[in-house]
Amino acid sequence: MALSRQDVAKVGLLARLALSGDDLDRMTGELSKIVGFVSQLEELDTADVVPLAHPLDTQNVFRDDEPAASLTTAEALQSAPRHDGACFLVPAVLGESGAA
Amino acid sequence: MTTSTATAAPFMTVIGLEVHVQLLTRTKLFCGCSTKFGAPPNTQVCPTCLGLPGSLPVMNRHAFDLAVRAALALDCTIASFTKWDRKNYFYPDLPKGYQISQYDLPFSSDGCLEVVDPKGAFSRKVGIIRVHLEEDAGKSMHDEAAGTADTRIDLNRAGTPLCEIVTQPDLRSPQEARAWLNELKLLLVYLGVSDCNMQEGSLRVDANVNLHIPLDGTAGADGRVAKTPIVEIKNMNSFRSVERALTYEAARQWEEWQATKEEMGKRPKQTRGWDDPAGVTRAQRQKEESSDYRYFPEPDLVPVTVTADDVAAARAAMGVPPTELRRSLEATWKISAYDADVLVNQGRDLVAWFEDLATRVGEGKVASNWMQQDVLRTLNERGGTIAEFPVGPEQVADIIGRIAQGDFDTSRGREIFAEVLASGRSVADVVASMGIAAVSDDDLIALCRELLAANPKIVADVKGGKEQAAAGLIGQAKKKNPNANPGRVRQICVDLIKAME
Amino acid sequence: MQPLELSAVDLVAAIRQGDVSAVRVAEAFLDRITSVDGAIHAFLHVDREAAIARAADIDARRKAGKPLGALAGLPVAVKDALCTADQPTTCASRMLAGFRPPYDAEVVARLRRADAVLVGKTNMDEFAMGGSNENSAFGPVHNPWDLARAPGGSSGGSAACVAADMAPVAIGSDTGGSIRQPAGLCGITGLKPTYGRVSRRGLVAFASSLDQIGPMTRSAADAALVMEAIAGHDPGDSTSLRAEVPPYASLLEQPLTGLRIGRVAEHFGPGLDPEVAHGVEEAFAAFKAAGATIHDVELPHAKYGIATYYLVAPCEASSNLARYDGAHYGHRAEPGKGHRAEPGKGHRAEPGKGHPADGVMTFESPLVEMYCRSRAEGFGPEVKRRIMLGTYALSSGYYDAYYAKALRVRRLIRQDYLDAFRGVDLIGGPVSPTPAFPLGEKTSDPLAMYLVDMYTVGTNLAGIGGISFPCGFTKGGLPIGFQLQGPALSEPLLLRAADRYQRLTDWHRRRPKLPA
Repeated sequence: MALSRQDVAKVGLLARLALSGDDLDRMTGELSKIVGFVSQLEELDTADVVPLAHPLDTQNVFRDDEPAASLTTAEALQSAPRHDGACFLVPAVLGESGAA
Repeated sequence: MTTSTATAAPFMTVIGLEVHVQLLTRTKLFCGCSTKFGAPPNTQVCPTCLGLPGSLPVMNRHAFDLAVRAALALDCTIASFTKWDRKNYFYPDLPKGYQISQYDLPFSSDGCLEVVDPKGAFSRKVGIIRVHLEEDAGKSMHDEAAGTADTRIDLNRAGTPLCEIVTQPDLRSPQEARAWLNELKLLLVYLGVSDCNMQEGSLRVDANVNLHIPLDGTAGADGRVAKTPIVEIKNMNSFRSVERALTYEAARQWEEWQATKEEMGKRPKQTRGWDDPAGVTRAQRQKEESSDYRYFPEPDLVPVTVTADDVAAARAAMGVPPTELRRSLEATWKISAYDADVLVNQGRDLVAWFEDLATRVGEGKVASNWMQQDVLRTLNERGGTIAEFPVGPEQVADIIGRIAQGDFDTSRGREIFAEVLASGRSVADVVASMGIAAVSDDDLIALCRELLAANPKIVADVKGGKEQAAAGLIGQAKKKNPNANPGRVRQICVDLIKAME
Repeated sequence: MQPLELSAVDLVAAIRQGDVSAVRVAEAFLDRITSVDGAIHAFLHVDREAAIARAADIDARRKAGKPLGALAGLPVAVKDALCTADQPTTCASRMLAGFRPPYDAEVVARLRRADAVLVGKTNMDEFAMGGSNENSAFGPVHNPWDLARAPGGSSGGSAACVAADMAPVAIGSDTGGSIRQPAGLCGITGLKPTYGRVSRRGLVAFASSLDQIGPMTRSAADAALVMEAIAGHDPGDSTSLRAEVPPYASLLEQPLTGLRIGRVAEHFGPGLDPEVAHGVEEAFAAFKAAGATIHDVELPHAKYGIATYYLVAPCEASSNLARYDGAHYGHRAEPGKGHRAEPGKGHRAEPGKGHPADGVMTFESPLVEMYCRSRAEGFGPEVKRRIMLGTYALSSGYYDAYYAKALRVRRLIRQDYLDAFRGVDLIGGPVSPTPAFPLGEKTSDPLAMYLVDMYTVGTNLAGIGGISFPCGFTKGGLPIGFQLQGPALSEPLLLRAADRYQRLTDWHRRRPKLPA
């Protein structure tokens, strides 16, 4: 099941991974091979099988609406690559929201 | 469905709304951080809402209960089995790189909320497609004026519980949309689900709008209908903005239709941002990749099952919603729909105050009049809540009772009320100190004769047919004797004049 | 007495009785680390001072007659995938180089409460993705039995640490075999508990529905001791089980008669090394001689396990690793090296349309550039491969054919186990198709590396428990591992069976020859 270089570039953007030309070439080959391998699952007829997302049968796990200690701002920012003491700093995000 | 009359407009405006409300919990949806508005940046965060490595979510039970309450109030069906899913995308206000939301098995669906204009201009039943429970993102702040190349990220809001309410495109005008939002807000505030404050961001609205244009020229049900491309409008910061934005956009789409005849379906849904100062919507940049959120079941949370007993218990704990309360007030106290609406809009506490008053008085209309003309008016002037109002229903009932007994008239009663409110003294005390006493008819007649003697012009006017001129004597009468009933004074004067010959 | 020669059980007893000080024990193991880890590279971080201080405090409290935790004075190494507030937590990735979380993982907190002495963080495959510990950004781990060979992975550092006597106990994590397979290749005992038995809070997530933390020790008895301290419900982990924690150590004393062990004929196909097959058959014979009965069982869908696992795990991982984007913590690329297209006018270079030869890419905004380059720089090739695979398999148009399909097969795999366990109590077999393989042998072919998990992924997909322990050695002196799998919450039985085997054999007592 071959992926095209374009497929892989699209996935790379979705995954926010910068891929050089060499990366793209190599990744296209490797992913095609792996996807080909996992496609063996098509051999199985699973039309009547319900997907199993959780191995547990647990349900209804909750916590009470009780406050718990928060981190201090210093702790929250302690590993931030850039911050101004109050907020995380990231390259400018202009005029658009994240989700459509 | 509409009960308004069919119009001769060349198009039908079709509006659907997507509303996000923050739930009134003390803590966030998946962690124990506070949800209080207005805290300094990044002071209400923890490993879970920061998305630190190894952090895990645990569902806030009260958030789920409030969400169920909201859905029941919106007449939705509550799913017996529900689960959460990850909505994956990259944005700096979303620290995990995904939002925990609900995709294919939301906890509720298929409801309805009707809005009825109290003046009878429209009524609209708006279908609710779904209500689901998800976490909020943080805030990104960009100060263009400061000229920096950075955006500041505050994650206090990340993880706050949100209900997303999606309506069917059943609204047919910007006015209806605004009224419906008010009704939704009233309902959710009544139920203690959210405070629906757009200024604080606890309620956000996006609107989807397009036009249905009958191609044979009339807005009838026959003939082919062209539909303009659906536009999603964002960035409306008040219910008024929603109305203005929809009004503008409908007109814009009509112009565009006439110029291009473009119908929906040809390109992806357009997003436009509302610019309130300029009063226009503007196209937003199309995203590079269409959003592929790669939803899949959230493995860190387990599903939730809801039984019929759970739903019954939630209903019982809900309290009476505004529509029912209006109906019950109208029926119980025989007041008008308009009056009931005014009272209910003030909130549960004021309604309870009213009902206390009406019970003591034994009658609704008089109580309702006093509520609107005296209590509400002075309450609004003073500010504060009904709980803080210095006068209680028993005192107003006392005044009304004395009027009914004939101790004094309504206008005198209002003066007494004002004095009780201002001085904090008891009704009996004020009555005594204001020298309230009944004035006998004989005294009134004597008083009127005095007035007539002093006001020959008014006498002449009344004799000439202008009975209403007698009203000019009321002020003088009150000066001579504050206890004189204005209505009685006027009537007696007219009678005396007529008897003169 | 030689602390390095004592079991964890005996060490804890000796310390509690005052026969040896916690400081002496800590020093013995820390000295051993200094002596041999240069060649093995099991550790990414060792905190000698803190460990000695902790041990000294325990000695002082013991002298003062104060109560001590159940693991008082026991040196424990922790896989660098678990958050420790006082030591770096890197997951062997450049993405988290130097990262210090502001909190402890729940398991780490429980170990501390039990008065264990945490000596350091062990090396691993980056973000737990790998079967040989060659995917570490900080260099591979060498198998103590043959330094030119891999120790297995992803908990290769923890396995090698225990095998080389650098600590009596190490904590690992297992998503598709990452405790059991390296335990098998290093000749030690490794337990993957039932999913939900041990809290995942603070374990840097790889695949959330598959990950479990577990003990890696020299014996099942030692594993039982550790399990008593770390297992149990955690209200901070929604997937954590409420079931009571049995007293694992006291449940070991029971004979094996009547135990029914399943044997899967398909396990012994052409992929299985003949010496491993032989060692495994010998183990079956030993169990039989001890009173167990061996029964043929089938796991008809086991052969689809790798394909299923290599869809479910990368899909969940692609999402779990999205948080590593340079925004709030972790590695952020230096700005300015890439070209930026004007907003709205084309984005990254179109592949196939003259991708720039110099490899310089274009990005639609500085933010997207930051994400893409930080992640490209921070992640190694295997991590990137799995993120790409998972992103692809979840993406629109492919979700049903890949991820949803894999979840259906997962249910079939779980059902196979449920059916099998109606007729047997445990299922035995190999844990790895080969003994330890040479470093570099499988690194050029990702698929070849994936196949090392063939006997272990089913356990995680089904959410059940599994334990591996040595059952022999190859002619070349390499350990051969045996695996027992049991139904959910069968840890008492798994530990008992392994413990019984270890009383009747002494494979688990052998030590690699290392320069002292």
